[in-house]
Amino acid sequence: MQPHPAQQHDSPDPDAPVGLVVVSAGVSNPSATRLLADRAAQKAVDLLRASGTPATVGVIELGPLAVDIAQAIVSGFPGERLQAAFERLAAADAVIASTPVYKAGISGLFKSFADVLDNDLLIAKPVILAATAGTARHAMVVDEQLRPLFAFLRALPVPTSLFAASEDWGDRALSSRIERAATEAVLLLRADVGRSIADRAWNGYQHQFGGNATRAEHRVTDVDFSTDLMRLATGGRRDDDAGDHHDG
Amino acid sequence: MQFGIFSVGDIAPDPVTGYTQSEAERISNIVRVAQRADEVGLDVFALGEHHNPPFIPSSPTTLLAHIAALTERIILSTSVTLVTTNDPVKLAEDYAMLQHVAKGRLDLMVGRGNTVPVYPWFGKDIRKGVALALENYNLLHRLWREDVVDWEGEFRTPLQGFTSTPRPLDDVPPFVWHGSIRTPEIAEQAAYYGNGFFANHILAPNLHFKPLVEFYRARFEHYGHGTKEQAIVGLGGQAFIARRSQDAVNTFRPYFEEYPVFKGSSLDDYMARTPLTVGSPQQVIDKVLTFQQGFGDYQRQLFAVDGMALPVEMALEQVELLGTEVVPVLRKEMASRRAPGVPDAPTHATLVTDKYGDAEPRRPRPNPNRGDNLSGASPYQDSDPAVQANFPQVL
Repeated sequence: MQPHPAQQHDSPDPDAPVGLVVVSAGVSNPSATRLLADRAAQKAVDLLRASGTPATVGVIELGPLAVDIAQAIVSGFPGERLQAAFERLAAADAVIASTPVYKAGISGLFKSFADVLDNDLLIAKPVILAATAGTARHAMVVDEQLRPLFAFLRALPVPTSLFAASEDWGDRALSSRIERAATEAVLLLRADVGRSIADRAWNGYQHQFGGNATRAEHRVTDVDFSTDLMRLATGGRRDDDAGDHHDG
Repeated sequence: MQFGIFSVGDIAPDPVTGYTQSEAERISNIVRVAQRADEVGLDVFALGEHHNPPFIPSSPTTLLAHIAALTERIILSTSVTLVTTNDPVKLAEDYAMLQHVAKGRLDLMVGRGNTVPVYPWFGKDIRKGVALALENYNLLHRLWREDVVDWEGEFRTPLQGFTSTPRPLDDVPPFVWHGSIRTPEIAEQAAYYGNGFFANHILAPNLHFKPLVEFYRARFEHYGHGTKEQAIVGLGGQAFIARRSQDAVNTFRPYFEEYPVFKGSSLDDYMARTPLTVGSPQQVIDKVLTFQQGFGDYQRQLFAVDGMALPVEMALEQVELLGTEVVPVLRKEMASRRAPGVPDAPTHATLVTDKYGDAEPRRPRPNPNRGDNLSGASPYQDSDPAVQANFPQVL
């Protein structure tokens, strides 16, 4: 698919810092969930800096947004603080998503936050998936719940999932898994895979006009007028041009 | 600038008294609300279309025709007419007939609606909702402008040599608004035809619809209908008015908090974040002036005031306050802020003048039945003899 001219972003500024954003659904303080995410973020920053790429880390704590998230689900639109979180997440180059496991699944707070995100907010963004739990019996929650969730969002979860039960905090193997996940994320970032995918294929995903994604259509110049539906909007038949036949 | 009210004709238990209106009561009451809107000088009464309880307007043209007979001046409209699940041929016929009996006091707003099961109830596929809306309007547009239509599309049986009757009053179709909350294709269609664009506006943050309205304005200009400032824009709004703002909040709060759509939402958030105003006439005026500031000069402002289980006496009082204390001030204030050259929304009278000037409007007279109930290529005495219709081959 040809990229739409207006949505081809300029080549990345090689000196611009890479922006990592941690999303943590941990609610205690200190929080193991947040700690796991922070360690992955720090490792990624170290690896990036070692290769000469400056990086910054921002954090979105979901606990303080819990009421805002619940309100957004009910009212259908975000309040100002939640909107600000969307914008920070949209601007991230990579995401570290971290949630506690309570009852054999990811935290409802984390899932509720995911439920109010635009479908196209995280397209092709590298994501490190992480979860913490009180027992190793929950170890598959990351791969069985977080990974499909981010697959739906068309994000790029890195191959290594992070999981830390209580006993893992005393095991050096956790550090090596953190390093592996961070390395994978950094290599995806350095290869600019996410941006390349978005540059080449953005129009192939479903979008909402005026959405929160950094590439969302907001103006006339963002909109592709060559689609079947746009032809139909102007009195033409949808099938006027044979071939490319899809439903918006 | 036109001001009016729009209603979805909903019924809900009154949270204060526990009383639920019967369908019979709600139908009578909505007629009273429309009559009061006419009496207090509002410009527009628009009615939604729903095909399930607890809503009453399944047959908007029937109800609006009755209201037309009981009112003098008010323009009747819809909010919205479902252009997806209704047959565009029947829409052309029903709304042309309504336009005649309303003596031209009619326009309509077409849209997709928000009720998923309506599609299967009427045998349509919701996944094709946007395409249905676009194609059906394309046909409706032609049926009102061409005496004889040959047509083939994806969603309905083809037409050959079809004449939609009655022809629009004075051969001038009702003005059409396209309502949409997120779909640039719908805004594009409105702009392409030079029709109006209406943003529901309520139930979403202030200015949420600005990108789509701006898109429509730019495309209206692109298609040569005027500058983008001259595009025909309508906005929704929602108000509950009392002379003292604290009375408004106290009275309205239970209706807001108990209404199904708003359960769990905070009234204060809604007042701060969305176009809803609960307060004094001056507060409503101030809020609407922010709409003009945010969206630019626009042509139609509709308020939702009669729903949410309000007893009819309260709804009538809302219409009264709107018509006597809010709208007169807004007319003056918005006119004084309005840029020169911004047109009013078209009405039947202005459309007739645009088409004919001082000449007599066309009033088509049919030719006699040929005996086969097909009208041929020349259904009317003044039909263009050059038009050729393609009829089905009978072997």
